[in-house]
Amino acid sequence: MSEEVVLLDFWPSPFGMRVRIALAEKGIQYEYQEEDLRNKSDLLLKMNPIHKKIPVLIHRGKPVCESLIQVQYIDEVWHDKSPLIPSDPYQRANARFWADFVDKKIYEIGTKIWTTKGEEQAAAKKEFIESLKLLEGELGDKPYFGGDNLGYVDVALLPFYSWFYAYEKCGNFTIEEECPKLIAWAKRCLQKESVAKSLPDQEKVYGFVLQLKKAFGIE
Amino acid sequence: MGEENKVVLHGMWISPYSKRVELALKFKGIPFEYVEEDLQNKSPQLLQYNPVHKKVPVLVHNGKPIAESIVILEYIDETWKNQPRFLPQDPYKRAKVRFWTSFVQQQLCESLLTVIKTDGEVQQKAFGNLFEKLEVLEEGIKEIFPDGNPCIGNYNIGLLDLVMLSMFSPNNKIQEEVFGMKIIDPEKTPLIFSWLTVLHQLPLVKESTPPDDKVVAIFKFVRENALKSSLA
Repeated sequence: MSEEVVLLDFWPSPFGMRVRIALAEKGIQYEYQEEDLRNKSDLLLKMNPIHKKIPVLIHRGKPVCESLIQVQYIDEVWHDKSPLIPSDPYQRANARFWADFVDKKIYEIGTKIWTTKGEEQAAAKKEFIESLKLLEGELGDKPYFGGDNLGYVDVALLPFYSWFYAYEKCGNFTIEEECPKLIAWAKRCLQKESVAKSLPDQEKVYGFVLQLKKAFGIE
Repeated sequence: MGEENKVVLHGMWISPYSKRVELALKFKGIPFEYVEEDLQNKSPQLLQYNPVHKKVPVLVHNGKPIAESIVILEYIDETWKNQPRFLPQDPYKRAKVRFWTSFVQQQLCESLLTVIKTDGEVQQKAFGNLFEKLEVLEEGIKEIFPDGNPCIGNYNIGLLDLVMLSMFSPNNKIQEEVFGMKIIDPEKTPLIFSWLTVLHQLPLVKESTPPDDKVVAIFKFVRENALKSSLA
């Protein structure tokens, strides 16, 4: 029943992408509702009155907010298909640690890359590459962070890959040069249908970033 | 306690992140060895166990390290499945607990830290922010305490309780000494105030709470250092 699951989202949001990937991996039918963030729907404001943000996952009329909480919820409810979080407590803790690392570092530092210039931007680029290298270390020789299949950390990190081209253009650098393993990982993931249909085209995201820069007067 | 279940906690006595893990272990009745870290002079083990953030707390279970306090709390709950359970079984209720825990951790704690480390206009703004967030929490926890009265008998301590009580207390005396005003005001946020009162009266919490004068001293120390370094 497709009305059972509704996702309120905004196409370039990496947080929304996480939920799209999780739902696709599990083969869950859902209704996708695109929000205009300058004109938020009554449903969004009702379902997430505290943060008024997307994504919001609505299951049987009840809202779940915050992307990583949503991914965990999806994994727990639809637990018999394509598990994202390991069953062993230590491996679970490790997965949560690295997903938390992605949350703490990648989004904020990535944002600094396209919103700042000069020294601040240079520092952000350096920290960004360092963080990606740490993630490469965690990936090791595994095809995915989750081992043989997509896991929680893959889902947490993949959406930012769709923003890499925008970061590279704004920051005037190449991520693949410094982190070839991570780029190989992302391309490997994109071969999966669940990922390919959940991530927007990188050029489209770059176009969006340029629009934002214009709107906010950022050079 | 044999080698099969060796638990070591690397912490720091005033760190609320460390405190919540310490209390979690105590509430579960898990024997552990505590290592007090000097944050100005971190032990080689700490740097080895948490190379990414180099912070406390780190829980080491049979030689395997886990970092980040909330990750540690969930690990403890999943590994030692005895009461109290920190998270409910139902996925929707779990999502709610995680949501409010994230709110306290990210929004409230950040505001509180800004209040501690700043003065003047910046601090005034941070106070406003903090009180606004506390009001949101006050409303939000009404569904956790539907009859409005957290009561001490048979209190099942959970993830949200541990995170909240390690960061906030109903001790207005300390708050007034450090900040010149109440942070948890029984008149402005009565539900939070009575919830924290219940939590801080639990025997295991009480015995782990340092004396008032020590707490005031460390707050003032942290504040002075922060203000000094912002002038530098």
